[in-house]
Amino acid sequence: MNLDYSQFFHMMPEVTLMALLVIVFIVDFVTAHKAPIVLTDEKTGPSPRPWFNPLVCIFMLAHILVNICPTESASVFGEMYVTSPMIGVVKTILAFGTLIVFIQARTWLSRPDSTFKEGEFYMLIISTLLGMNMMVSANHFLLFFLGLEMASVPMACLVAFDKYRHNSAEAGAKFILTATFSSGVMLYGLTFIYADAGSLYFNEVAKNLSATPMTLMGMVFFFSGLGFKISLVPFHFWTADTYQGAPTTITGYLSVVSKGAAAFTLCTILMHVFGALMQQWQYLLGIVIVLSITIANLFAIRQTELKRFMAFSSISQAGYIMLAVMGNSGMGVTALTYYILVYVVANMSVFTIISAIEERNNGVTDMDAYNGLYSTNPKLAFLMTLALFSLGGIPPFAGMFSKFFVFMAALEQGSAWAYLIVFIALINTVISLYYYLLIVKAMYINKSENPLPAFKSDCNTRLALAICTLGVALFGVCSYVYDWIFAAL
Amino acid sequence: MEYNFVFLILLLPALSFLVLGLAGMKMPHKVAGAIGTVVLGTIFCLSIYTAYEYFIGQGRGADGLYPHVTAFNLTWLKFSELLTFNLGFRLSPISVMMLVVITTVSLMVHIYSFGYMHGEKGFQRYYAYLSLFTMSMLGLVVATNIFQMYLFWELVGVSSYLLIGFYYPQGAAVAASKKAFIVTRFADLFFLIGILIYSFYVGTFNYDLHAMPTLHEQVAGAAVMLPVALFFMFIGGAGKSAMFPLHIWLPDAMEGPTPVSALIHAATMVVAGVFLVASLFPIFVEFAPEQLHWIAYIAAFTAFYAAAVACVQSDIKRVLAFSTISQIGFMLVALGVCLPDPHTGAVAMTEEYADVQGLGYMAGMFHLFTHAMFKACLFLGAGCIIHAVHSNEKEYMGGLRKYMPITHITFLISCLAIAGIPPFSGFFSKDEILVACYNFSPVMGAVMSGIAMMTAFYMFRLYYVIFWGKSYYETHINEGAHKPHEAPLTMTFPLIFLSIITITCGFLPFGELISANGIGFHTHINWTVAGTSVALAIIGIVAATLMYKNEETPVADKLAKTFPTLHRAAYKRFYMDEVWQYVTHRIIFRLISKPIAWFDRHVIDGTFDFLAWGSNEAGESIRPWQSGDVRHYAIWFLSGAVALTLVLLYML
Repeated sequence: MNLDYSQFFHMMPEVTLMALLVIVFIVDFVTAHKAPIVLTDEKTGPSPRPWFNPLVCIFMLAHILVNICPTESASVFGEMYVTSPMIGVVKTILAFGTLIVFIQARTWLSRPDSTFKEGEFYMLIISTLLGMNMMVSANHFLLFFLGLEMASVPMACLVAFDKYRHNSAEAGAKFILTATFSSGVMLYGLTFIYADAGSLYFNEVAKNLSATPMTLMGMVFFFSGLGFKISLVPFHFWTADTYQGAPTTITGYLSVVSKGAAAFTLCTILMHVFGALMQQWQYLLGIVIVLSITIANLFAIRQTELKRFMAFSSISQAGYIMLAVMGNSGMGVTALTYYILVYVVANMSVFTIISAIEERNNGVTDMDAYNGLYSTNPKLAFLMTLALFSLGGIPPFAGMFSKFFVFMAALEQGSAWAYLIVFIALINTVISLYYYLLIVKAMYINKSENPLPAFKSDCNTRLALAICTLGVALFGVCSYVYDWIFAAL
Repeated sequence: MEYNFVFLILLLPALSFLVLGLAGMKMPHKVAGAIGTVVLGTIFCLSIYTAYEYFIGQGRGADGLYPHVTAFNLTWLKFSELLTFNLGFRLSPISVMMLVVITTVSLMVHIYSFGYMHGEKGFQRYYAYLSLFTMSMLGLVVATNIFQMYLFWELVGVSSYLLIGFYYPQGAAVAASKKAFIVTRFADLFFLIGILIYSFYVGTFNYDLHAMPTLHEQVAGAAVMLPVALFFMFIGGAGKSAMFPLHIWLPDAMEGPTPVSALIHAATMVVAGVFLVASLFPIFVEFAPEQLHWIAYIAAFTAFYAAAVACVQSDIKRVLAFSTISQIGFMLVALGVCLPDPHTGAVAMTEEYADVQGLGYMAGMFHLFTHAMFKACLFLGAGCIIHAVHSNEKEYMGGLRKYMPITHITFLISCLAIAGIPPFSGFFSKDEILVACYNFSPVMGAVMSGIAMMTAFYMFRLYYVIFWGKSYYETHINEGAHKPHEAPLTMTFPLIFLSIITITCGFLPFGELISANGIGFHTHINWTVAGTSVALAIIGIVAATLMYKNEETPVADKLAKTFPTLHRAAYKRFYMDEVWQYVTHRIIFRLISKPIAWFDRHVIDGTFDFLAWGSNEAGESIRPWQSGDVRHYAIWFLSGAVALTLVLLYML
């Protein structure tokens, strides 16, 4: 069989990512140096390869720019792989989130105990991103599964990246164990689907699937696999431990990019493949959303450890993201994608600040460190407030618009069920506002005996914060962003 | 013609506001003032150029109308194909006219303030606010849709609030700014409700219903709600334009610096309501002529009420404030007395319609234009006088004509204009209004003629009290009274400029430029009406001369003594403030707000306290779930998936 190489043109994002991966590999290989593994508390000292991070960021930016124009709809490689303008937009958003992660990772990567692993870090992240791209573009359950695994396995390495820190290693172990378990459950569910539909192609499954108890079970098990990635209740248990243990930068990556890719995939698969079970999955989704938002909020209220806190916040945000799917409409897909974009900037902003504070607080991310932050670092406190306001959905920040659109999308379904779910979600926004404001209160109102001394952030942190804050402030007010996504539909 | 440059008209004052607001305190006064003034000068030139290009350069289109040009229109939020939030820049005859009015008066006020605000603390802040106001007002008039208008409408309210409260260390200024904001904001609520009803039933925020033929059926379907929506919108306009009974904020707003009163509370912001009705005019005429006439009745009553109050006030700025209310009443009466064409029931596209049924539209706009110029001149003149004698009260004035010749002459010219004496501009515009009123009904015409006479009377009372009669300086010279002096050139130049406009602008062929249906017509003077109104004005002036010109005012004092109750009631503005005080404090606060506050504190707060407590407790009790043990997690995972399957299978 002759391979038609022109098909690769439709896979531009994957091709450029692959190229990026190879370049980083070669560069890292050529310039690597034998670094003694020093485990000290020493945090200063020049990085041996100061040009490496900017180089990768520029390449990543190039990757985004090359692929920013929405692609034509196409399906290649025997319809295993599909692409459409919307998929292009999602990939761009994922790459954008990754770029921010790269930018803000520099401080952390230049520490003596991780600087010799810098190349690995980029390679691992790029391979997870490649996996997510495959997952988003899949039109066949096998390719989808490959993409999912490709995104999860390197992710476990990333979570355990600070391997000499007990927390990080433990988080990595927990992540890989639960990930394997959930993959198993999901594969088990897929066998039921295959048994009924006789095919793993999305189009054929959509055509042949019948609503029987068996397929229903298959669907729920499949759902649990992606629910694990998005960290929906009750598949969320890994989240808190992993988020807390992983290096902060990775936590940020995990909470936005990985979650966003999985949410989009789940959305398209539910809408396009499980049409026969639509009624059932709408109920399923409703239950899971309510559980996720409510339980995560209840957990979040009591947290004092900020990364753990953000883990529960991200579970609750996942519930909001999935609300968009309830409507089963094109508007829902747009709302979901928009939500992901807004969530990327707001959450990355928070994680960048957490990371900056952690750096100066001996690696502790307790809420106590934020007491009185406003008096010493007013600008940082202000940016954190903006990001938290956006997460809480306070106008005029982008988060308010994204929440508004997902609610609209969910209400489009029009059933009493949808109204009930949206109502519960609305009540929960009040609770979430409460705990987001707890941090704001800590920064502005709480007094502290010895607040964190004033410090100047390095330029990478500033750049990342500037991009995120611009996004938080403008993505909502400028309708072009939403229109850009909507146009890709 | 491309109007690519017009975005500068909004952008420049916005930038100037930002620069002066953020960095102003670091600049010397002169630099801050110069930045504001130069920006204003630039947009003044741009506006004049726009007006020239619009009316003369581009001229009328093939259909004999000045086209409505949308220079740019950004879609901000899209609800449906037609219902979108847009921000744009629209040129129509009236918005171009407003551009000229706003920038002219604003420029004069900027120049004038150099002298008037000299050495004031917060000079830079003052100029920053002026820029903000100018930007918002320009945005309001060039709005492409009602929603944009509403946005800028609120901005205008905010900047007015800031400027009234400019002297915030004084309690009166703070109270006045609060009052102005609350009253207009209360009215704006109705405006918003009106907009929402309008957009819900008609499905658009646009003014031009006829521009969208598909809409017409929808509009017909909304026939019942449309008048309601329009009338609600008018209430918003009545708040800004100080129509009875929402006028109470305007006299108090005089606590602000006098140039601000000239700009905001005489020439521009207070005519926003007039502009609103004019913008919606075709819709009013076609779908809600009854409501339009109600506007006329309300406005006529307001005009009468305000004129009556103005006759007895002693604070010269209050007199001017009530005179403004009365004159805005004239403008709205003019709009309100317009009739639909008897054949089509809407605005007809004939020259005859523009000249007869729709004459009031042109007259109202014309009066808006002329009034802005001479009232600004009067206020700025009053500012010079207050500057000279350091008081607003008439008893500290008198005999000032010798000391302040330029102020005297310009003030006199403006008084003659507002009284309606030819050849000053007010004569022409007021004459058209009266003709329109007589077209509507003789009673309305007669009432408005009467009010015109009162106008002449109270304005000349003011004039004589200030410039003639007993000189406070001369009688109190031994007690160390200051000698009044003429204002510096920065303050007299705007007076001269505005009075020149006042003398000449009556001869503008206004009907050729602006009319109800856009078709130009030749305005002519109806000599019967003109003759009567001039005669009445002269009677008013003569009466004022006899009563107030001399050093003693026996007739006036005697009248005040003969009708003490009436005099006192008029002086107290017929107790309207007290009525509102009663309504708000006794009725609303006590009977409505208090129970609601109780409900809020106990029931709503209680519910939320309970929710918060419950959430906290629940959060505490589910903590053990997150044990940290991976085996537990796997069990939860699997049992969760199974449970969900069972729920879907058996429970739903």
